[in-house]
Amino acid sequence: MEGIKVIIETCTGCGLCLRACPYQAIELREKKAWITDKCILCGACVEVCPWKAIVIAGWKPLPKEDLSRYRGICVVAEHRFGKLSPVVPEIVGAALALKGQFKSAPRFVSALLIGTGVKTLVEDLFAYGVDEVWLLDKSGIDPFAEDILAELAVRAIRERKPEIVLGGGTVMGRSLLPRIAAKLRTGLTADCTELTIDPETELLRQTRPAFGGNIMATILCESSRPQMATVRHKVMKPASKEMGRTGRIVELDYKVPKSDFEILEFVEDTSQKIDLTEADFIVSGGRGLGDPKNFSYIEELARVIGGTVGASRAAVDAGWIPYPHQVGQTGKTVNPKIYIACGISGAVQHQVGMKGSDVIIAINKDPNAPIFTIAHYGIVGDLFQVIPELIRQIRSRESGEGAS
Amino acid sequence: MREAPPGGKLPMKVAVCIKQVPGTTEVQVNPDTGTLMREGVEAIINPFDLYALEEGIRLKEKYGGAVTVLSMGPPQVESAIREAISYGADEGVMISDRSFAGSDTLATASTLAATLRILGPFDVILMGRQAIDGDTGQVGPETAEHLGIPHVTEVKMIEGIEGNRITLHRMLEHGYLRLRAPLPILLTVVKEINTPRPASFKGKLRARQVPIKILRAQDLELSPEIVGLSGSPTRVVRVFTPPRPTGGKVFTGEPKEAVENLLRTLEEAGIPLKCRNGS
Repeated sequence: MEGIKVIIETCTGCGLCLRACPYQAIELREKKAWITDKCILCGACVEVCPWKAIVIAGWKPLPKEDLSRYRGICVVAEHRFGKLSPVVPEIVGAALALKGQFKSAPRFVSALLIGTGVKTLVEDLFAYGVDEVWLLDKSGIDPFAEDILAELAVRAIRERKPEIVLGGGTVMGRSLLPRIAAKLRTGLTADCTELTIDPETELLRQTRPAFGGNIMATILCESSRPQMATVRHKVMKPASKEMGRTGRIVELDYKVPKSDFEILEFVEDTSQKIDLTEADFIVSGGRGLGDPKNFSYIEELARVIGGTVGASRAAVDAGWIPYPHQVGQTGKTVNPKIYIACGISGAVQHQVGMKGSDVIIAINKDPNAPIFTIAHYGIVGDLFQVIPELIRQIRSRESGEGAS
Repeated sequence: MREAPPGGKLPMKVAVCIKQVPGTTEVQVNPDTGTLMREGVEAIINPFDLYALEEGIRLKEKYGGAVTVLSMGPPQVESAIREAISYGADEGVMISDRSFAGSDTLATASTLAATLRILGPFDVILMGRQAIDGDTGQVGPETAEHLGIPHVTEVKMIEGIEGNRITLHRMLEHGYLRLRAPLPILLTVVKEINTPRPASFKGKLRARQVPIKILRAQDLELSPEIVGLSGSPTRVVRVFTPPRPTGGKVFTGEPKEAVENLLRTLEEAGIPLKCRNGS
């Protein structure tokens, strides 16, 4: 394989890389690792080799341009119905943290705000602590018309030259930013959970989960600018809001192109009334419920603790509850403060969608259920007894201690 | 539900891009060695791509035309393409060249766009919302950009196609968006869009016999700087396994006692499991 090499002298044939390779692309030949055609250069083996005997070489930088002309951190300020998206304070928080890590020269944090009648949001952005707002407030910009947004954003980025551009890991962000990155022919890292500035090179170190969260990868974008990333919602600490802070407004005056899209309507989904991805408390039910009507146990517990109802794929596939409630690989990825899994065995596909929760509580009658390996707390028992008992005790504790 | 297009553009030329991924069912991290355990891991078609494929077949059934399945990757992706044919795709194209290895999303999108341009033009290009190994969801939008056509992500329903316009439902946080867009278009779909059919006996037979077209780097007339590692602005510098939780506190015994213990422990840990809705 080109690019990836096994240093035969150092390879001990220990076989760790064989196990680490998700593509079964490594074989042992004459007691040395041998990389086959199946390799896609994912790099999983490089990190795992204790002997540093696998290297990925052959990476060539793109033609150099003058990278130092790019300065500062730009946040794409997503908004809808006259409000900033909940992810915006989190990205601003991440941007401000990055700003503090630059030692060579100070950097500015700017927010790119594009839309119609969005001037009112400038104050909020300053309150979160951005230094500059790049404002394009013109008529005829539908917040859902991503094609226009991408074009206008690219123009602003080309002109203002930020070295870093961050967007939300939202449905919109994960559609708009790839469009922008491809137009600029630069790198984009999806759904980052950690961002830092390398102290030596001052490059953006972008860390993100892959393989459904089973591995983490740190990614650099060395020779093209800007370095772009989307940021996973509910991971970064939001910037604190202090009204009255101000900054510089840079008014952009670009002609607004015509969108290809005809936006007909936004239909609020009542079954998604409280979006799972936004919920602080989630109670999820799985196959262990045995019957659709037993979801009433889940609903009642959720109601009592002020939470949202989730479900495993098994429960959704059985038709017990609609798809928008599904948590997991083919459903939603959630990160609540508390996730209570009831009668869910915890297949890897489910874990992928919920293991970012701050606290996981599992209730299951099978002590060997995989859910217990990732749960912080668990009760082994019959959920039809445990849940009512839990509800009773939560209520009585409250009344016993007085309303607080 | 879907109306035939009055004077619509017929037949439809549909492309479905699929990715072969490790079936993650058994991919777990070995707690002792911290490595990915791959026992029993087979290569599968990325689950979301099956919905894209099914939707492509439905478009063909409704509007006439043909479905081409494309997959980029090492030689073994041929099996994924043949499987797609067994479900009802008409032809399969494999985009495979050593120089493509190490492609990030931008380089992958450049390669796919070049292929789609050569084989096309297509009216509708379908992909799954994301692959379950990379989890980026970026290749669709970036491919559309390289092709210079519109795209819509997270499509949960195609209402219909009239003339040159397609009406879609796109899933968003808190609801969905109904919108209309021009063809050609690239769509990435969610699971809710359909229920994929199983392979038919006839399909399985065809899958074994149909020749799969192979496109190499030279066929795509792409300059080497924009494919593979050298065409990839991003570079993975470190891969590691996330820290595992150290194993939780599990309470057993009588429900009353177990719940008491749980609630006390949560309280001591400052975890707010409280009544927020009295009555």
